[in-house]
Amino acid sequence: MDTVSTTAHIVENSNLLLAVLIPLFGSLVVMTLKNHPNLRELVSSCSSILLFFMVLSFIPALKAGKTLVYPIFQLLPGLSITLRADGFSMIFAMVASSLWVIAVFYSMGYMRAHDEPCQTRFNACFALAIFGAIGVALSDNFLTLYLFYEIVSVCTYPLVAHHQDEESYEGARKYIIYLTTTAKFFLLPALILIYVLVGNLDFPHNINTGIIPATATDWMVTMLYIFCILGFAKNGVMPFHHWLPGAMVAPTPVSALLHAVAVVKVGVFCTTRTMLYVFGVETMDRLNLGIPTAYFVGFTILMASVIALSKDNLKARLAYSTVSQLSYIILGVALLTPHGIEGGLIHIVNHAFSKITLFFCAGAIYIASHKKYISEMSGLGRTMPFTFGAFAVASLSMIGAPPVAGFVSKWYLLVGSMEAHQVGILVILIASTVLNVGYFAPVTYKAFFGKRPEGAAETGIKEAPLSMLIPLLIAVTVSVIIGIYPNFMMQFVWMVTG
Amino acid sequence: MDLLLIKEGLPLLTLLIFLPLAGALVLLFYHGESFARLWTLVVTSLTAVVSILLLTGFNSASPKYQFAEAYEWIPRFHINYIVGVDGISILLVILTTFIMPFCVLASWKYIKNRVTPFMFCLLIMETSMIGVFVALDFVLFYIFWEFMLIPMYLLIAIWGGPRKVYASIKFFLYTLAGSVLLLVAIIALYLKTGSFFIPSMMWQEYTLTFQVLVFLAFFLAFAIKVPMFPFHTWLPAAHVEAPTAGSVILASVLLKMGTYGLLRFCLPITPDATMLLATPILWLSIAGIIYGGFTALAQQDMKKLIAYSSVGHMGFVTLGIFVLNSRGVEGAILQMINHGVTTGALFLCVGMIYERTHSRELAMASGVGKYMPWFATFLAVFSLSSFGFPGTNSFIGEFLVLAGTFEKNTILALAAIPGAVLAAAYTLRMLQKVVWGGTANPDQSYLSDLSVREIVILAPFLFFVFWIGLGPQPFIDLIHTSVSQLLENLNNWQQQHQIAATVLWR
Repeated sequence: MDTVSTTAHIVENSNLLLAVLIPLFGSLVVMTLKNHPNLRELVSSCSSILLFFMVLSFIPALKAGKTLVYPIFQLLPGLSITLRADGFSMIFAMVASSLWVIAVFYSMGYMRAHDEPCQTRFNACFALAIFGAIGVALSDNFLTLYLFYEIVSVCTYPLVAHHQDEESYEGARKYIIYLTTTAKFFLLPALILIYVLVGNLDFPHNINTGIIPATATDWMVTMLYIFCILGFAKNGVMPFHHWLPGAMVAPTPVSALLHAVAVVKVGVFCTTRTMLYVFGVETMDRLNLGIPTAYFVGFTILMASVIALSKDNLKARLAYSTVSQLSYIILGVALLTPHGIEGGLIHIVNHAFSKITLFFCAGAIYIASHKKYISEMSGLGRTMPFTFGAFAVASLSMIGAPPVAGFVSKWYLLVGSMEAHQVGILVILIASTVLNVGYFAPVTYKAFFGKRPEGAAETGIKEAPLSMLIPLLIAVTVSVIIGIYPNFMMQFVWMVTG
Repeated sequence: MDLLLIKEGLPLLTLLIFLPLAGALVLLFYHGESFARLWTLVVTSLTAVVSILLLTGFNSASPKYQFAEAYEWIPRFHINYIVGVDGISILLVILTTFIMPFCVLASWKYIKNRVTPFMFCLLIMETSMIGVFVALDFVLFYIFWEFMLIPMYLLIAIWGGPRKVYASIKFFLYTLAGSVLLLVAIIALYLKTGSFFIPSMMWQEYTLTFQVLVFLAFFLAFAIKVPMFPFHTWLPAAHVEAPTAGSVILASVLLKMGTYGLLRFCLPITPDATMLLATPILWLSIAGIIYGGFTALAQQDMKKLIAYSSVGHMGFVTLGIFVLNSRGVEGAILQMINHGVTTGALFLCVGMIYERTHSRELAMASGVGKYMPWFATFLAVFSLSSFGFPGTNSFIGEFLVLAGTFEKNTILALAAIPGAVLAAAYTLRMLQKVVWGGTANPDQSYLSDLSVREIVILAPFLFFVFWIGLGPQPFIDLIHTSVSQLLENLNNWQQQHQIAATVLWR
């Protein structure tokens, strides 16, 4: 591929620090407002909106070809905590900050309608998780990435364990064990070894060179690469995906934002960031690491889809769908062709908006009807047309049908796999599309055209409260818009591939 | 001798050593309980303030022993009073002086009977601990080293928990057994060199056999103190039974004496033996890291859990020392300080729980977080720091040690990684239990959150956790010159004496 060796203009900008501090301070203020629920929610929503505009404000500079950086702490020579905004970080920063805004409103509706306990802790940890996610998006080196990755793990524990019953403790235990163990076991040695080999951990400003010196032995680089793929277990790649379905015991807004968006996207973002910016396309090409990775995650794509087919619990089905879809992103990048990388990266955005819609729908259905299982939802679409309408559109995106967002990513991925001359990958993508239809279509079909269960015909179920319905409709509208007009987000992707 | 020493200004070190002792003497005459508390707090704080002068006057660009003082003591046997600090010892001295006021504060309400003797013991402890770190004469060192046992023994035996007799005797016997061999080695070295001045014993031409014997004697004494696996069994017993202040001193300072000894004596006095025996010791450290981790994972008693975690953490320190490169050794020294800060703070936290629930059992303390949010916050930060969360002090220490180990041997470093995983597992397990518990928590609603005094105790530890974690450079600068001097000497030695080291392996 064409290498872009234009040295980016690197500009120091303290707004980066501000962007990271907004959710952190938001969280601290929320903690003090235990007895003022309205004020507390006001702080949450204000900080989310503030963060969104802060992230937007980076765009002009990036369009002008600059890269923003801001060093915070210098730990050791070559080891620092530094923030950066480039095209790659914007992809995720935009997603996380914009979805936080709608998720705040949605969770307000959900938590109040459901009368959940400990809402202060919930809101504070929610903001802390976003703090971690934005930090990951804006990190300039491997250490900063690792730091914020760990912050996300720890700060989301209280969210998963929110209900404080046996089931949620069990889920949360699994969650934290999987995430910290893999991070310590694989990432820590990888981090230190790379530091010993290179002398620093700073990401370069292009995706080709990476930072691994040519003097490193091949087996060492391969080992490091495997460590990095497996270490970021938040990416849901099998065999370390079990935490994800387990964590579905959390309240639905948590599942929506964190397990469809923030946490898992932190995982794939970190994975792809290290693939492209630590190892780099050239090294991966030289050692032939790309295609085996693509097949490795291809297995996850198919396997998770098959498992999803067998799940009757709507959230569990969505969870496995997430496991499957996340691997699309890694697969795209692993193809190492321009279109493959673009398809993978844009899928971070497309999947986020569609999946959050699906989770919002699941939450809305649960609040309105207290139904968790797909088999109970027959005919429910006729009483909740907006919710199920949105669900239908979002699942089209998952399947990859035009004009919804998912189509764009699937198009690029298919083109990418042809560029790489990988028929096998093409088959995996098509097979998974069929499987997606298999587990999404029946939900919508039954909801609209299925027979209502006996006696459950008119039990006063109506649409969920507006504070849930509106965010849900916004999310689905965005999914459609970025499907029709993908260029706004694609510009950041093109900044990455050049 | 003067080539190695910088003598200047006030006799700061003597002041530091004898200030607490003088304070203790006052306590012999005035017995009031509240006076004893206040007086000890004043004396230890004053000592801490004086030790800051040490920092400001320290020239970190020089590898020499600074603030040195030398007086004749028993000329007939060449025994002198010589003290001085260098980059290896200065942080340990500061750690000691800064830990002590917090130990006094932590015992404010914890110790209810025999307050004056308790405070007396604390002050005597401080004198001997500072003495160990600054002594440059081997006899002086040995006196302080042995003297320390007595107040520590009393702290455990009088103010300890139910099994205090067993624990204190075990502590005493273990440490004494090691020290006897240390004395033999010191005398053997004296007979060779005719001097007790420690620097003049370094980098001397001893035969390899002699070196190995001296090394083993040193090693046994220091390994028991560290404690290295398999010489660690006194530690959990002592930690569990000791009062909070005793546990803190034990964890923060006493354990460091072992690793300090290894660094100060083994490396420069017996370099050939060190290089010869480094590999087995490295694997012993790995064994300690893993063993400590697994045992900590199984504990129901919080103090025991932290005690076993110390075995693991100190394994990282010895690992760093014996990889014999600058990252490893600097990381090891930094990790000594980190362990002092973090584990000290964790013991303080457990002590605060104990004062409320009168139990150290994890099960009894589960679900405390709901009623003690401040406590939970502190405990969370110290626990994260304990397992090396990035951004906290231990991360930097472990990072440097592991980086040094990777430089030396990839397999060795990979073998240590499970220890880091285990550390995360047992600390998070403890944290989860204490803050959240399960669905069947005991009723904790009678618990009150931390008082101002307790927050004042814990806050400085928090400060250091983040300072070392986010800006470790000033600390490393203090250490750097002395360490590179030591390693440079070792390197030169190795190049000149290559034959000696290989003879034995043939």
